[in-house]
Amino acid sequence: MTLLSYAKAMNRALADALEADPAVCVFGEDVGAGLAGLTPGLQQRFGAGRVVDVPLSEQAFTSAGIGAALNGMRPVIELQIPSLLFLVFEQLANQAHKFSLMTGGQARVPLTVVVPGSGSRSGWAGQHSDHPYGLFAHVGIKTLAPATPTDAYGLLSSAIRDDDPVVLFAPAGALGVREDVTAPLVPVPIGAARVHRAGSDVTVVAVGHLVHQALAVAEELAGEASVEVLDPRTLYPLDRAALVESLGRTGRLVVVDDSNRFAGFAAEVLAVAAEECRLLAPPRRVTRPDGAVLPFALALDRALQPDAEQLRDAIRAVLK
Amino acid sequence: MSLPHLADPAGRYRTMRLIRSFEELALEWVRSGLVVGGTHPYSGQEAVAVGVCAALDPADQLTSTHRGHGHVLAKGADPGRLLAELLGRVGGLNGGRGGSMHAADFSLGILGANGIVGAGAPIAVGAAWAAQRRGEPTVVASFFGDGALNQGVLLESLNLASIWRAPVVFVCENNGYATTLPAASAVGGSACGRAAAFGIPAETVDGMDVEAVRAAAGRAVERARSGGGPSFLECLTYRFEAHHTMERRFRLSYRAAEEVASWRERDPLATDLPEAAAIDLEVAELLAAAAGFALASAEPDPATATDHLYASGLRPRSGAAL
Ligand SMILES: Cc1ncc(C[n+]2csc(CCOP(=O)(O)OP(=O)(O)O)c2C)c(N)n1
Ligand SMILES: [Mg+2]
Repeated sequence: MTLLSYAKAMNRALADALEADPAVCVFGEDVGAGLAGLTPGLQQRFGAGRVVDVPLSEQAFTSAGIGAALNGMRPVIELQIPSLLFLVFEQLANQAHKFSLMTGGQARVPLTVVVPGSGSRSGWAGQHSDHPYGLFAHVGIKTLAPATPTDAYGLLSSAIRDDDPVVLFAPAGALGVREDVTAPLVPVPIGAARVHRAGSDVTVVAVGHLVHQALAVAEELAGEASVEVLDPRTLYPLDRAALVESLGRTGRLVVVDDSNRFAGFAAEVLAVAAEECRLLAPPRRVTRPDGAVLPFALALDRALQPDAEQLRDAIRAVLK
Repeated sequence: MSLPHLADPAGRYRTMRLIRSFEELALEWVRSGLVVGGTHPYSGQEAVAVGVCAALDPADQLTSTHRGHGHVLAKGADPGRLLAELLGRVGGLNGGRGGSMHAADFSLGILGANGIVGAGAPIAVGAAWAAQRRGEPTVVASFFGDGALNQGVLLESLNLASIWRAPVVFVCENNGYATTLPAASAVGGSACGRAAAFGIPAETVDGMDVEAVRAAAGRAVERARSGGGPSFLECLTYRFEAHHTMERRFRLSYRAAEEVASWRERDPLATDLPEAAAIDLEVAELLAAAAGFALASAEPDPATATDHLYASGLRPRSGAAL
């Protein structure tokens, strides 16, 4: 049995992409040393000209990635911490995302941005603990949040091959996940959800690392209710068909999403359900509070993230 | 009136010793698991924080970095409350909300450490501009690393400070590396050249020599206070420890052992002050009391997790299901 870790799976996806396509390159801070876990060994293997250590100039190296993409490269940008996405929001939302339409289809920007360790890392406080996937989904950038090593491998592979900009969140809470991998690792299509556990009473849509929490709670409640756990994997474009199909069977919905509540990803899932499905009970969501800033102290940091008890309560509420 | 605790060589030595001992204790607490999330140790760079703060008045202000313990202590923050902050306790400088990377004490003009490289510089410029407009004599010192030299916002800040003649002292702590990246291969041109390009007087000083830093900072502060606008100091220094305490999980070799050893030989705490031994003892006692205070401070109540989110008192909606 070989246990594959999430970080190792991403590392392998990147290595395979570098091996397969000379257009693939990596820009990031400390990528030679592999500090963020995504790139260990890759600079030694593929050279400092392809796995490029860059100065602390996120806006410039992200847009340089756009320029390189316009000239035929497939750059992968590694951002060490999720808040660096705020710094490069202009580069991604206003530049990368708009090139194709605004050039009348002349240009494509096959750029992949990876954040290895999004969300809370325990003890890194408010500026290092955000999960701003909703912002990118809202703008319309392809937004991924794999929960497992095989999905991390598969989605990162697809992101690099995709002709549009893609942002991939690798939640800190999932980086330690290991999986017994028996089948060969393959690309996972962007825009396809995955049912981790089939059920007939309630659909729990769980994002990223919370998939594992949802599976544990579903197991725990097995005597009480049959819980389906649906992992969208791609947050935008959302696999609405899979959601509608699942809700067609269960008629009940809980969303668990480790990001801010107001206008967040969970709100969109609830909206799709309200528009396209006939629910048997009002849907529920478990999220961070509105406008959450995670405080440093561990007990406070934990208090603002979705927990298993809140999820149990929500499931019971929709079953009433 | 300069900061009383830094007024003489003994005071400056005492504060450097306090910072070093504080960092040693913090390291111990990270290793034992008491401090969650780790720290960016300041050891080796003490002469920069102390030399610059020795040139400041109590009402002057500063912005700090992810490696901020030294700046905060040099400006006069209570070590017990800083330790309590590292522990996430209610007695901490920020009530346990900020942790190591965000310590602030507005009563002392410490506008905050910051988790984002380069983020402090424009805040310092705006604070200085406001003080100037309001007719206050405040000077703002802005600390940042060599890594920040490559942030666009830092260059934009130099320009703003220059055209506004803002009373800012930009202090670049060039410790040779941004995490694993050598400054030599990351900084095109030079630190001082960047400041000079914006018309800001700049000088490079020995950042291991507290008196040299104090003298240069004194000139810069004097210029700012007398309406001469911003200055820029590049302090050549070295961090004795890892970039971050987490680094020991990796086997990294970006700094040669001989290089580390040669900088350690230039330890800013090396002194021939006759009272040094007595001061060391005094600092040890002070720190023991500080540790006692921090450890006795209460853990925050999870029900208060969204307190202070809005200064206006707006309460956010909970994230739990209805
Ligand atoms: C804008 C930004 N980019 C990257 C990081 C991650 N990071 C934190 S500290 C650091 C290195 C900073 O180097 P330098 O400015 O030289 O300060 P030093 O750590 O040497 O004190 C990096 C890359 C960050 N916090 N903010
Ligand atoms: Mg540095």
